[in-house]
Amino acid sequence: MRGAYRWIAGHPSTSIIVFFAILPFIVPYKALATQLLVYGLFALGFNLLYGYTGLLSFGHAAYFGLGAYGAGITLAKLGWHSVWGALLVGVAAAGVGGALVGFFSLRRRGIYFAMLTLAFAQLFYFIAFHLSDLTGGDDGLRGIPQLSLGLFGWQVPLGNPLSFYYFALFWVGLAVAALRRVLASPFGTVIAAIRENNDRAQACGYDVVRIKLVAFVFSALITGLAGALDALRITVVPVEALYWSTSGQAVIMTLLGGAGTFFGPFVGAGTYLVLQDRLSLIMESWPLVIGLLFMAFVLFLPKGIWGTLLARLGARLGGAPAA
Amino acid sequence: MPEISLNALAAQLFTGLVLGGILVLLAIGLSLIFGLMGVVNFAHGSLYMLGAYFGFFLWGLTKSYWAALLIAPLMVGLFGIIVERSMIRRLYGRGPDDPLLLTFGLSLALVETVKLIWGKIGLTLDPPAQLAGAIDLGFMKFPAFRLFVLAVTALVLIGLWLFLEKTNVGLIVRAGTRDPLMVRALGINLDRIWLLVFGVGTAMAGLAGILAGPLRGVYAEMGVEIIIECFVVVVVGGMGSLPGAVVAGLLIGEVVSLTSFFAPKLAEIIVFVVMALVLLLRPSGLFGEPGLAE
Repeated sequence: MRGAYRWIAGHPSTSIIVFFAILPFIVPYKALATQLLVYGLFALGFNLLYGYTGLLSFGHAAYFGLGAYGAGITLAKLGWHSVWGALLVGVAAAGVGGALVGFFSLRRRGIYFAMLTLAFAQLFYFIAFHLSDLTGGDDGLRGIPQLSLGLFGWQVPLGNPLSFYYFALFWVGLAVAALRRVLASPFGTVIAAIRENNDRAQACGYDVVRIKLVAFVFSALITGLAGALDALRITVVPVEALYWSTSGQAVIMTLLGGAGTFFGPFVGAGTYLVLQDRLSLIMESWPLVIGLLFMAFVLFLPKGIWGTLLARLGARLGGAPAA
Repeated sequence: MPEISLNALAAQLFTGLVLGGILVLLAIGLSLIFGLMGVVNFAHGSLYMLGAYFGFFLWGLTKSYWAALLIAPLMVGLFGIIVERSMIRRLYGRGPDDPLLLTFGLSLALVETVKLIWGKIGLTLDPPAQLAGAIDLGFMKFPAFRLFVLAVTALVLIGLWLFLEKTNVGLIVRAGTRDPLMVRALGINLDRIWLLVFGVGTAMAGLAGILAGPLRGVYAEMGVEIIIECFVVVVVGGMGSLPGAVVAGLLIGEVVSLTSFFAPKLAEIIVFVVMALVLLLRPSGLFGEPGLAE
């Protein structure tokens, strides 16, 4: 047991790849594994902004929803039946939305930022609600076809839960690799400097507002990819994708897992989804339990599950936590 | 364009004033709590929701609207004090995001608790029989209950203003919102002031809830919806500024009311457009000082 533990700590990348490769076979049903990937990616996008840049966004539903509607409308309304095209449009829509909201919200600092992002996300919700010709309004966007993926002459049906899982895993892996690369770059160091001390970073000559805007757009792109994948997964976009409660989900998942840790968002998403899955069998008001648990985490375990584990592990192995 | 009667327009302006008054009651509490403690109370909206539900419950229990109107805000204020003492207090010194996150969790929990007790569908809270009909103001008829809401709002605001401007405790509160450290250095114990302000602020939220119930409907999510409007008010007015909260609250109330008259579909969207405009033209808010509270 102790040997395995040390091996995992010594080979984090391999362990994580193996874990995600076999995940669909160790969870109760395969859809849960895909859900974990999609929501983990969503929380990962949020965490780039909150955990790494120090900006608390309460409006990430906007980019999740824009990604979902972008992909969904491309397939269901525009008649462009291409999985790649749908993902591209979804991610691009989220990026444009992120740039717009970021431009306005970054005019204020500190606590205002959370309020502004929340308010602008609600604006997107109301727009989608009223543009029912395009979005389906209150009923949600329906009629997204389930496509198969042309891959080197093979046709891989995405309706199959297992093939969709690996399709999603490919994209999540790509996003994770890109984010790791960005965080290890000088840009990653600068956003950490901004998180630790905004004024000092500014005094060092960095254009902090512009850098934060870039981080914001990157975060929106990742979140949009999660939304677009979700639309392909469930072939419907409920208008609630843009509702404040969806933003809250990313916040809760990230905090449960551990803000500012790389894989915390996935741990948090897993915790949230398993709790939801188990609790909703026995009670209707399962969000009450999650709300109370979230409060307990903020009060007593602010580093989250993964963050606390890493801190313990780092102390035991005598090194700084890496993941 | 259809003929618009002046009377209808006047009625709409009055309605805007009533809605704006509700927003002012909430935004002032939010602003005071933030100014003094650096806490953005996300649960402020859920306490407003609790005010409406407590009011409904007490009205049924005591058979008296007036008793409910008086006791419900006190209960909400007491609940607010308990929350401050037992939870928020632990987070002072941890940075402003943590109390916001905690109160976000609290509002989720409150929404679900209310659904558990009173059911998922909303309640019908009617105006009391004495205030049912309409009053002829000479140039137009206006629902009596709305006039009553306006009068109560005005009374509470005047009372708060007198308290802040004319009493010693009010002086400490105002000083505390400007520079808590200096107030402490002068040997004043801010702990009890915090508790008082949290209690008064949350009681005002509860009062707003029971007043707004018959106008805006009573349902579990009513609080989260209005807290977003309050955030807009605070951004437009300038956080920590009481005149800002009053002016921006009434402005947003009027804008919503007039838009729902001329272009109903845009009513929900227009507040965010106003917010974006203020951010472009005057980022620190109409009455805010640049750099304060950031």
